[in-house]
Amino acid sequence: MITADAYTFRILRFDAKRPEEPPAFQAYRIKVIPGLTVLAVLNRIRDEIDGTLSFRSSCRSAVCGSCAMVINGRIDLACRTQVASFGTSTIILEPLPNMEIIKDLVVDMTPFWKMYEKVRPHLVRESADPVREIRQSEKERGRIDQFVNCILCACCYGACPVISRDPEYMGPAALAKLERFTLDSRDERPENFLDTVNNEKGVWGCDMVLRCIDACPKDVRPTDSIVGLRKALVKKKAKGLLGMKKR
Amino acid sequence: MDMLSHDVLIVGGGLAGLRCAVGLCDKYDVALISKVHPIRSHSIAAQGGINAALANNPDARDDTWEKHAFDTVKGSDYLADQDAVEIMCREAPEIVYEMEHWGCPFSRFPDGSIAQRPFGGAGYPRTCYSTDITGHVLLNTLYERAVFKGVKVYPEWHVTALATEDESCHGVIAFDLINGVIMPIRAKATLFATGGYGRVYFYSTNALINTGSGIGIAYKAGVPVKDMEFVQFHPTCLIGTNILMTEACRGEGGYLFNNRGERFMERYAPKAMELAPRDIVSRSIQTEINEGRGFDHPLGRYIRLDLRHLGGKKILERLPGIRKICIDFIGIDPVNEPIPIMPCQHYSMGGIDTDAAGATPVRGFYAAGECACVSVHGANRLGGNSLLDTIVFGKLAAGSIDAYLSGGGAVPDEKAVLRLAGDMEKKISGLVSGGKEKTFALHAELARTMSANVGIFRRQDEMEQALQDIARVRERYRGAGVSSPSRHMNYELMNAIELEYMLEVAHTIALGALLREESRGAHSRRDFTKRDDEKWLKHTIARRGADGSPDTSFRGVAITRYQPMERVY
Ligand SMILES: Cc1cc2nc3c(=O)[nH]c(=O)nc-3n(C[C@H](O)[C@H](O)[C@H](O)COP(=O)(O)OP(=O)(O)OC[C@H]3O[C@@H](n4cnc5c(N)ncnc54)[C@H](O)[C@@H]3O)c2cc1C
Ligand code: SF4
Ligand code: SF4
Ligand code: FES
Repeated sequence: MITADAYTFRILRFDAKRPEEPPAFQAYRIKVIPGLTVLAVLNRIRDEIDGTLSFRSSCRSAVCGSCAMVINGRIDLACRTQVASFGTSTIILEPLPNMEIIKDLVVDMTPFWKMYEKVRPHLVRESADPVREIRQSEKERGRIDQFVNCILCACCYGACPVISRDPEYMGPAALAKLERFTLDSRDERPENFLDTVNNEKGVWGCDMVLRCIDACPKDVRPTDSIVGLRKALVKKKAKGLLGMKKR
Repeated sequence: MDMLSHDVLIVGGGLAGLRCAVGLCDKYDVALISKVHPIRSHSIAAQGGINAALANNPDARDDTWEKHAFDTVKGSDYLADQDAVEIMCREAPEIVYEMEHWGCPFSRFPDGSIAQRPFGGAGYPRTCYSTDITGHVLLNTLYERAVFKGVKVYPEWHVTALATEDESCHGVIAFDLINGVIMPIRAKATLFATGGYGRVYFYSTNALINTGSGIGIAYKAGVPVKDMEFVQFHPTCLIGTNILMTEACRGEGGYLFNNRGERFMERYAPKAMELAPRDIVSRSIQTEINEGRGFDHPLGRYIRLDLRHLGGKKILERLPGIRKICIDFIGIDPVNEPIPIMPCQHYSMGGIDTDAAGATPVRGFYAAGECACVSVHGANRLGGNSLLDTIVFGKLAAGSIDAYLSGGGAVPDEKAVLRLAGDMEKKISGLVSGGKEKTFALHAELARTMSANVGIFRRQDEMEQALQDIARVRERYRGAGVSSPSRHMNYELMNAIELEYMLEVAHTIALGALLREESRGAHSRRDFTKRDDEKWLKHTIARRGADGSPDTSFRGVAITRYQPMERVY
């Protein structure tokens, strides 16, 4: 027999279409069998207790990036967080920080996508494509692996203290995406493309406090990309000073 | 009421929808509607890979598209249309190269070519992959391409109805979830790429958003659906959450064990063993479980998928995502422990009836991807062929829409769209003013009967039971209401609207299954255990009749060069 434990879920409720009612926590009591995820319980709350609750979800398997939120003070995906993992009977759920709330746990990700679009998030080619694949060694493919894994969930974006001060800062995910392409042996974007992030809104804005690394559910380690991009810029500058030709 | 207008409307931001959009956006005013941000589409979850006879694998230098076509036809239990299969397999290398040129980070062989692994039902290792996140890299690449091309996207807009009159399509009724507004959109051509219907079943590997509403919407608007009875059950899904454990687990060498420690596939497919096609492996697992050779678990009975002998290094290299899922979702590290799995609904072979260029019998209306049935998968789809199907037919549909519009197309009838928007307004006001039936509960009831009665093994009385249950849920649905009167961000309201279409989808599946008195591919009847080519080598077509129930008819299978044979593995 499996026994269910009683939990209290305290969920921050707010509706941007009713700004006169300030955000407030609502408590739901629910019995949970071991092994259930926060998302599974959210679904049950919406299905069985309160149909007015809004949250995003899709894959329920930590791959689509829909369900990032703050769970007991920690940013994570609701679908991969076990309810029992906190050792407490109260679970507090809040929407991702650094973005406007649309309703309850749903935030407006427009700024996140705007930053993503800024880095030209696609392979840039100058040469004509071969008939077959563009060759890439296993080692070259391995170099981008870490950054390819990003699911664009914005956990890092929600965790970044610089964004909360300066909404114009591009943020960890966009910079990780840029590094995914600059490190790709097939990418031929002009070297001066990096100039677009050679400023305080780009790679130099980062405080290196590594919150994004903690928050990322996919081990992308966005800070590594920022370090990598900074190095590339410093190297480029040194080359420029020495009057060397482009790579 | 406001109305939007575009040349081409694409509904669905998965692989099929995005591929079609990037093929048309240079020439036409194209808009893509998706009920979730495109990157959240279910294509993101595909793990194992995409098939193309590139012959990169040193063990497959003599692979050809014809061999790929043969495997596909045999895998389909000869129900696939062979002309369409040939088109898909011939196009496959080109579209894989195209995706690579657009940036897709495939895994590589030591010579720098795209890596290929063995997959079920294939005579050659021809499945191209990126570790175990192939759908993720393909969808990201196509979305990146769409961003590059500046495709106009309406994210988090639901399509709730299709405007067809006089056998022509005039546009759709959309619902902007964030603002809670009904928006009629007229278009000269509309493509549905709305994905599968997994959530019509209780146990499914599919995302929670995979309701199949697109298929139901088209069907309700008078577009025929085809071969709906063919539902794929994937053999290896995690117990509890039913998250997929990719076929690549077996492709890389994983074993299946029952509670006696036997590699039981020996009894069912002595040559192919674990790499027999999915329908066969799923039936074998279910038989083992039914006959008491499974393991017990609070969440149900299961079989063991054992990867331990592959070693930590190979698991980390080839199946890192699978390992992470096992650790996060069931607290098991497959390096040290076998994975508890069971078969679950996974894929819809049937769908909107299209030709090999994505066109339907309704003028101006097209479909591609999992919601469509060309049919290239027939009675059973091979692993790695669906990602292929989405991109190939997304591309070809773009070609046929272009041809249609270049030939003038037709002017959409604004009034037809507005009339339908009025109906939707009435429907939504009805739902928000609150009947007492809760649609989440009705949905669960529907899904339970489908899993219990129209599952891996089927029998007349069970399917009749399912049809009765569906009728009962439909009756109760008339009294449905939602909790909140506000229309914006109301997921319960969206679910309530979709449920009507899910009922249509379920009805066509159960009825098709009941009518088809044979066993073929994934459709396996206990009361008709043999394939019957004389009577049943044909597609089932269902069109909604005047009284709302399906009118069924049949259509022959296109056979070019592969005569039906017995299927042994
Ligand atoms: C877990 C898993 C693993 C898989 N692995 C593989 C594999 O390794 N190889 C392989 O070949 N196949 C695999 N498949 C199958 C394959 O992934 C899918 O068949 C394919 O991705 C479907 O793509 P699609 O573009 O047709 O639809 P989807 O990617 O499902 O996209 C559907 C789109 O339609 C939108 N939509 C739906 N309804 C509406 C509506 N009413 N209004 C507005 N928008 C709507 C959604 O928002 C979404 O954008 C796998 C499937 C699953 C479930
Ligand atoms: S390391 Fe940089 S990008 Fe990451 S959270 Fe800190 S400040 Fe933000
Ligand atoms: S870097 Fe990590 S946290 Fe940030 S969006 Fe990508 S996956 Fe999410
Ligand atoms: S639901 Fe997809 S990441 Fe959580």
